[in-house]
Amino acid sequence: MIETIVRPLLIIAAAMGTALTTAAGLIWLERRLLAVWQDRLGPNRVGPFGLLQVVADMIKIFFKEDWIPPFADRPVFVIAPALLVVSVLMSYAVVPFAPGIVVADLNVGLLFFLAMVSLGVYGLALGGWSSNNKYALLGAIRATAQMLSYEVFMGLAVMGVVILSGSFNLQQIVRAQEGMWFCIPQFAGLVIFLIAGFAESHRLPFDLPEAESELIAGFHTEYSGIKFGLFFVGEYMGITLISMMTVILFFGGWMGPLLPPVVWFALKTFVLICVFILMRASLARPRYDQLMHFAWKVLLPLALLNVMVTGAIVLAFD
Amino acid sequence: MLNFLFYLAGAVAVLCTAMVITRVNAVHALLYLIVSLLAVAMLFLLLGAPFAAALEVIIYAGAIMVLFVFVVMILNLGPQATEHQKRWLSPRMWIGPGLLSGILLIELIVVLSGAEAPAGPGEVGVHALGQTLFGPYVLGVELASIMLLAGLVGAYHIARPYAPKITEGGV
Repeated sequence: MIETIVRPLLIIAAAMGTALTTAAGLIWLERRLLAVWQDRLGPNRVGPFGLLQVVADMIKIFFKEDWIPPFADRPVFVIAPALLVVSVLMSYAVVPFAPGIVVADLNVGLLFFLAMVSLGVYGLALGGWSSNNKYALLGAIRATAQMLSYEVFMGLAVMGVVILSGSFNLQQIVRAQEGMWFCIPQFAGLVIFLIAGFAESHRLPFDLPEAESELIAGFHTEYSGIKFGLFFVGEYMGITLISMMTVILFFGGWMGPLLPPVVWFALKTFVLICVFILMRASLARPRYDQLMHFAWKVLLPLALLNVMVTGAIVLAFD
Repeated sequence: MLNFLFYLAGAVAVLCTAMVITRVNAVHALLYLIVSLLAVAMLFLLLGAPFAAALEVIIYAGAIMVLFVFVVMILNLGPQATEHQKRWLSPRMWIGPGLLSGILLIELIVVLSGAEAPAGPGEVGVHALGQTLFGPYVLGVELASIMLLAGLVGAYHIARPYAPKITEGGV
């Protein structure tokens, strides 16, 4: 009874709690880190080290007027931000935080993650379309094309890992990295996965769907109050999710000496999140056509080559 | 329990599909179609085919339907398109298709009532699926890939600019 019902519920509560608090903490962390790299201070007034700035922002966002434009497609407009957050949160179900600590130990866990990522597009596309605003529509069109293209390479990039570990189960993928982390034999896969991850979470350098210098705020131009807050939090949860998946697939998941597994997992994820933020601080946004050319003319052949070579080597040595 | 879930997902799928053809707003119809595809994925999962369920979501709900939504977004159909649809969807329009699908439904009921119960759900793993796909059914896989290649070549040809590229500075 306790094993079958309480334990999963506890893990779900813990996972949800971690997801939401990391998302909130990330907002503060990003602003402070960006400030450090740009030689300024960042938010440092509210609470110790400015930590309560996020709380202040949250309170503000909760009490803002929640305005739905009269020209918007009302039901779709309301449901779009929820779609984004739900699809990201669903992926947390298959993430193994430590041996045995996972909500759903699916045999097709990796595919489930890819499926949820591909459903995440709807939040952006429908949000932009239902706003009935040309900037929002342009942002939504860009988001759809970008995420649809980069999803392909994300799927292809992880196939090398699947070939090496012989499983779609995320726990087994981590266990298969006992001898060597997959970031060494699958270096090409790691690079492609990370680039696709940046594009999927539409972060700078790939934040074309919301490029504020050309599209105001892209797909969420018309959103305000808590609905905008959902888009915002969804983005940060997406960053955490991609970082966690990179750790699981390429950096040995919970494995490491001395410290308990969960701590190792959190540490590795934290480093990757910092990489995400450093990228934002250091890279410029490419043009839209450059993004698409890079995807289909560079990443696609590379990803296919990676799958082919990995498959050939595994076949030759077995 | 499993049976109940199966029929529940089936009911959702049927209901959503009915909603797809009766909506006058194209995007709303597409949203129902997406839910219907998700329900079908659920059916696959309950029948013991998790791989097929995942692919159903990734490829149909996550890629093909996104393209549909994308096209409808670009067309930017306004209220007049909805009016247009309303005129098309007059009650008289339903007689022909209704009769034809009624025949199919009767056939289906007859076949189902006479047929043996389908084999119980046994999970089909990814390994087993791969071995059958690239074993006895390899010809089908190859044919499908040739068809996709034809589509790719066609799309490439259509997307090619007609005139040779104008050089920089020229008009």
